[in-house]
Amino acid sequence: MNLASKDIRHSFGRFALTTVGIGMLLMIVMGMGGIYRGIEGDATLLINSIGTDIWIVQRDTRGPFAEVSRVPTNLVDRASSVPGVATAREFVYHTIQREHAGRPLRMSVLGLSWPTDKGDWLPLVAGRTLKQNHYEMVADKSLGLYLGERCRLGKDTYTVVGITANMISSSGDGIMAVTVDDAQAIQFDTTGEAVRLERAAREARGVRSELVAKQPSMLELADRPANELPALARPQVSAVMVRVAPGADAQAVSDIIAGWGDVSIFSQQSQRDLLIKGTVDRARRQIGLIRVLLTGVAAIVMALILYTLTLDKIHSIALLKLIGAPNTVILGLILQQALFLGVLGYVIAYVLGQKIFPNFPRRVILINSDLIQLAGIVLLISVVSSLLGIWKALRVSPNEAVG
Amino acid sequence: MHDGFAIQTQALSKVYGSGNTEVVAMHDATMTVRRGEVVALLGPSGAGKSTFLTAIGLINPPTSGSVKIDGQLVMDGPDSHTNLRTFRRKHIGFVFQKSNLIPFLSAIENVQIAMELNGTATRSARKQAMELLDYLGVADRADGLPTALSGGQQQRVAVARALANKPSIILADEPTAALDSHRGQQVMELFAQVAHEQGAGVVVVTHDHRSLSVFDTIYEMEDGLMRKGEQPKGS
Ligand SMILES: Nc1ncnc2c1ncn2[C@@H]1O[C@H](COP(=O)(O)OP(=O)(O)O)[C@@H](O)[C@H]1O
Ligand SMILES: [Mg+2]
Repeated sequence: MNLASKDIRHSFGRFALTTVGIGMLLMIVMGMGGIYRGIEGDATLLINSIGTDIWIVQRDTRGPFAEVSRVPTNLVDRASSVPGVATAREFVYHTIQREHAGRPLRMSVLGLSWPTDKGDWLPLVAGRTLKQNHYEMVADKSLGLYLGERCRLGKDTYTVVGITANMISSSGDGIMAVTVDDAQAIQFDTTGEAVRLERAAREARGVRSELVAKQPSMLELADRPANELPALARPQVSAVMVRVAPGADAQAVSDIIAGWGDVSIFSQQSQRDLLIKGTVDRARRQIGLIRVLLTGVAAIVMALILYTLTLDKIHSIALLKLIGAPNTVILGLILQQALFLGVLGYVIAYVLGQKIFPNFPRRVILINSDLIQLAGIVLLISVVSSLLGIWKALRVSPNEAVG
Repeated sequence: MHDGFAIQTQALSKVYGSGNTEVVAMHDATMTVRRGEVVALLGPSGAGKSTFLTAIGLINPPTSGSVKIDGQLVMDGPDSHTNLRTFRRKHIGFVFQKSNLIPFLSAIENVQIAMELNGTATRSARKQAMELLDYLGVADRADGLPTALSGGQQQRVAVARALANKPSIILADEPTAALDSHRGQQVMELFAQVAHEQGAGVVVVTHDHRSLSVFDTIYEMEDGLMRKGEQPKGS
């Protein structure tokens, strides 16, 4: 006869309520772990799916995911000419906040180097990738834009042609993809007044410039659009991504590019590690600390519950000792109830989590190794939290059953 | 007939506390109970009856004196000569005034658990428990929880549990105090019946002088002193 289950059946309501309570506590612990995995997954989804071997970034910076990185556009051509490089393309990436439909819209703009990259690697859930080199965008569903919606950014209007899922920057903003040209148009958009003021200022600077003294005709160009000025190149890009040709020696390619004085390089893996260490690490520590505290709270709550459950059974325990039950039977009674609470609480946490986590604003990813680790911790706190009750039970004298 | 001694105590004494708070609850209590003998222990409240009963029940070690059960020396002063919990399980059945039963187990399970603790397999324990409940006339309440049973039914289940492992002694401390006189009489007769049929030595502490006719021997206690009383039946 299993005493633990008989007792549970007898005071079923209390056990059920307690187990649900423990389960909800464990669900939060589980969810915190999932939130961290979600942040990590979101932060690395772009870098993982964009499919590149080597990142070329501004010299001595840690790349566009960590800080501002600017490299000239012609770096793409320089990289392409290195033996062993299959493709090289621009990476343009920046975060903007604009008004749309009367609410602030914050998004990370990703430039695709049309036509080599039409965004076929984007995790689309609806619509299509880019089909023309201007005025189309693929937006993440977290931005709240719908397919076919028109969105005015800068001086141009863009149509949403595709929707992605989980394309989120490391700071949590939804990513939208346009062509590199459009991305730069959005980034360097300035108002007409600012342009006029800059052209006037340019003329004033030119008058003082030695260059204009030597070539007076240059002053005539001063009030033309900036990208028509011969002295100015195309706006710069954030980084250049290189794919190494199959069979080529990636290390040799890296060594050549690393020798250039104006850039630094990162492998896909080290760029990814940098990203996780930089942006995600603080979130990990924060969430980790909360998990530890919550686990501690769960352990204390369980210990108190098991202790009061034991106190309620003191007379029964004394009776059991009186009729000759060995300590193992009494220990088993309490330990089994502790494990019952823990295991069932864990199951409730899991089942409840499956229902609730998908409604969280950010992704909650439950991965197996985290779930197994938490299960181990739950077993451990079940055992540890029953010690107080066991200690009390073992001290009960069979004499207490009398009277 | 059942031969031999179920209980032999030699000069059992118990002192609670020390110094100013010292209470001599029992002094040189000596009692001999044969197998199949039913003994009543009478005396006013505070006389030391419970102290004596728990001492021979091996749950309250005496300060001095010895306890032999079934001819085996189990207590010599406060020192035990065997694993007391195992010994209780095999040799001693207990019945108290009230709340004898484990509240989360049904009547039959309360009997069954005593057998299972003693190594009886679940199925045969259940079968034997049912037979015992039947023997005590409460088979129809086998699946009821203790709270659903009347006081008399609870005491019958408690007696059934006390009998579960065919003990050599049964100790009962005011088992009828919570019952009306009719049911009290029935329970007392039950003790006499199991003593005679199963050959157990039975000691019953009671205040109830109306049911003394069922006992073979009467002991009286007062202020910790024990003496053998009148033979009630004159037989
Ligand atoms: N645990 C104890 N601690 C101190 N004194 C006790 C204890 N148990 C009983 N006594 C005292 O011992 C005496 C005998 O008690 P008890 O054996 O319960 O008597 P009875 O059962 O005859 O009423 C009483 O004076 C009682 O106060
Ligand atoms: Mg008493």
